[in-house]
Amino acid sequence: MPYTAELKQLIRKVEATRPARIERKRRGEEFPLLSLKEREERLRKYHPDYMEGARKEIRVGVNKGYAVYPEIVNLLEARSRVNPDRVNLNKIDYVTDILILGGGGAGTAAAITAQEKGVKVLLATKLRHGDANTMMAEGGIQAATKGTKDSPYYHYLDVMGGGHFKNDPELVYTLVTEAPKVLAWLESLGCMFTKFPDGRLKSLHGGGTCRKRMHYAADITGAEIMRTLRDEAKNRAEDIKVLEFCPAVELLLNEYGHCAGALLYNLETEEYLLVKAKAVIMATGGSGRLHYQGYLTTNHYGATGDGLVIAYRAGVRLCFLHTYQFHPTGAVFPEQAEGLLITEKFRGAGAHVLNIDGEQFVNEREPRDVESACFIRECTELGKGVPTGTGKVGVWLDSPMIEILMGEGAIKREFPGKYILFKRYGIDISKEPMLVYPTLHYQNGGLEFNSRCETSIPGLFAAGEVTGGVHGENRLMGNSLLDVCVFGRIAGESAALYTKEKFTDGKLTLDHVRKYHKELEEAGIVTDRVAPMLLPDYTNPKVRERQLTTHYLGTIR
Amino acid sequence: MESQEGKKEELVPIFIMGKRYEVPASLTIQKAMEYAGYQLIRGCGCRGGICGACGTVYRFPGSYKIEVGLACQTVVQPNMYLAQIPFFPATKSVYDIEKVKPSIETIVKYYPEVLRCLQCNTCTKSCPMDIEVMDYIAAAMRGDIARLAELSFDCVMCGLCTARCPAEICQYNVAILGRRLYGKYILPKAEHLAEMVEQVQKGKYEQMLRELMDTDEETLRKLYNEREIEPDQADEFWEPQDKTYL
Repeated sequence: MPYTAELKQLIRKVEATRPARIERKRRGEEFPLLSLKEREERLRKYHPDYMEGARKEIRVGVNKGYAVYPEIVNLLEARSRVNPDRVNLNKIDYVTDILILGGGGAGTAAAITAQEKGVKVLLATKLRHGDANTMMAEGGIQAATKGTKDSPYYHYLDVMGGGHFKNDPELVYTLVTEAPKVLAWLESLGCMFTKFPDGRLKSLHGGGTCRKRMHYAADITGAEIMRTLRDEAKNRAEDIKVLEFCPAVELLLNEYGHCAGALLYNLETEEYLLVKAKAVIMATGGSGRLHYQGYLTTNHYGATGDGLVIAYRAGVRLCFLHTYQFHPTGAVFPEQAEGLLITEKFRGAGAHVLNIDGEQFVNEREPRDVESACFIRECTELGKGVPTGTGKVGVWLDSPMIEILMGEGAIKREFPGKYILFKRYGIDISKEPMLVYPTLHYQNGGLEFNSRCETSIPGLFAAGEVTGGVHGENRLMGNSLLDVCVFGRIAGESAALYTKEKFTDGKLTLDHVRKYHKELEEAGIVTDRVAPMLLPDYTNPKVRERQLTTHYLGTIR
Repeated sequence: MESQEGKKEELVPIFIMGKRYEVPASLTIQKAMEYAGYQLIRGCGCRGGICGACGTVYRFPGSYKIEVGLACQTVVQPNMYLAQIPFFPATKSVYDIEKVKPSIETIVKYYPEVLRCLQCNTCTKSCPMDIEVMDYIAAAMRGDIARLAELSFDCVMCGLCTARCPAEICQYNVAILGRRLYGKYILPKAEHLAEMVEQVQKGKYEQMLRELMDTDEETLRKLYNEREIEPDQADEFWEPQDKTYL
């Protein structure tokens, strides 16, 4: 739906201030960046992580006492979807060298490198291969590639600053030094990065970067990387088998406490399937579909934090899960597009962020958490948000500025995905600004792991959004696509090596699940909640009332 | 939440696989199906218009025309009758990207059926992303890999073109072959990238990074605050004052 008459009226204020703002931009005059101290104040006062009731202590497991979002706690303090006594551990459906859980960027990158080391891979994924947050990442991938102005040293500093200096230094070192290699790898696989005619990669700023090192493939960088990796995995189908619509519901350990496979659930036939593997790579991604504090999310349908739950039950520690990333610019208008990601690249390309008066109130390139906190402040305490007319409030993202700064046609060329999308709603974003508000975007934390992608359980490796430590308390734009490629590749190599050098065969067990159930009971947690969630619950409650004979286990019919 | 709160809103009739439901007029097809009581397993992925899981075909009564859309992006219209096509059998040729050449021979070898194209333009009319599908297939037939890659760049691989092609071509897999050939062999290589990889492998940044890793937080904060920031409007060849850590 196009902008209403009221909103069109308000857009005039944006247009009124635009010429002067463009002039300032051209002169290099920017809205002042906040100091580190000011950043911290804004975060404490306005970021959802710090709100009353945002965190709750976990009462069971290896992180007992650690406070995270209550929606995660509810899943951790839940029972398995299966009664371990009913699973016949002698009836094995698949045997493989490496089982990869998750078919996004990290899982697929891992499959490719593992295959190169000569092992057989089974990749199990909840939806289709490639239905993942990687596919949805738009803006780009960071890497210091231009030695005349940038180096991994500056990338390191930016990552640490963005993460509030809490990141694991070894993981950050690995991220920034592997980054150029990953870009070269993707280039060699045929990813169509946006380039100058001489082959030089185009690059932009992202929030919190000191050098322009965000490389991109128009505004669908993640999709370009994901479809290329998926195509490459399919070219190796002899060694990489894929099981779609088969999420993992438990890990299997063996008698030595090593990870030895997983129990999968076929969403279509409703069977449970047993996979025995020499090593398992957890690459199940994030959890935006848990809708923390009722926020909308940019995440894909399957982002329900399954890997966190099943690895935690098996004894892997969680870290940095007390912070969640809210992307500053999720669409709030039109209603059909609510929660939809509006890439940070718009701000990287120069679009200002404006309040109801068409005035700037924050530099458009603060790190994401700070930028989000400033939007929330403007819309709540200062009351200068723009009402959408559908019960939401937002701020303007002045995309037409890009058309003026970079020349006519720039929006259509640089942001074809978003241009087409809004055009369908009757909004031309090269002429009209967009209405945005923070939306759930990225799980900053997750499973504890090291730079070889090992977890505390031998035989269990992890990579991508399900892990914690790389980004500290806040990830910068363009570092998640990098993360999935860097650590996905390492996980594949490490796991392959493990199968050859350290693997010991043993008897399969689900005793860790029994033990966890007992711990729940001992903590006095009596519940019929089950986890992992697998799919979010979007069915109509009124229909549910009429489903007189239907049984739901958790959210699944 | 993305659920359907009890808003008083106009309801419109839609027909999901021929069966009538009344749904709020502002919903997308995807949300309308959930409103009607479906729990989606197939036909739902990113919910943001990029993964291609939710290709949908629909018609209006009395109209000969088959319309298409992504269920997560298309708003319902009264009396549309629709079906999702979340999967369609497709050919995917296996090739070694290191060994293929960006030429018409490669296209013909791996997807000979492109030569069967009847130029009926049904693929283009079936594309929810408004891609000129027939034109990129024509480019493939000419061996114009660059054109094939550029025209197909926005493809979400939903498969609606393939579902409707009378020549039984799997357009989207031809397209990704073309894009990978273009990205790997036709676009010039980034020399600065190769140079950086070499420097990293030689260990050029090793010592400065190890020093940073051992630095206490206070010093790190100072270094962070004082780092020189490339101006927003700087051109490609901007260079910093301090080149110590380059």
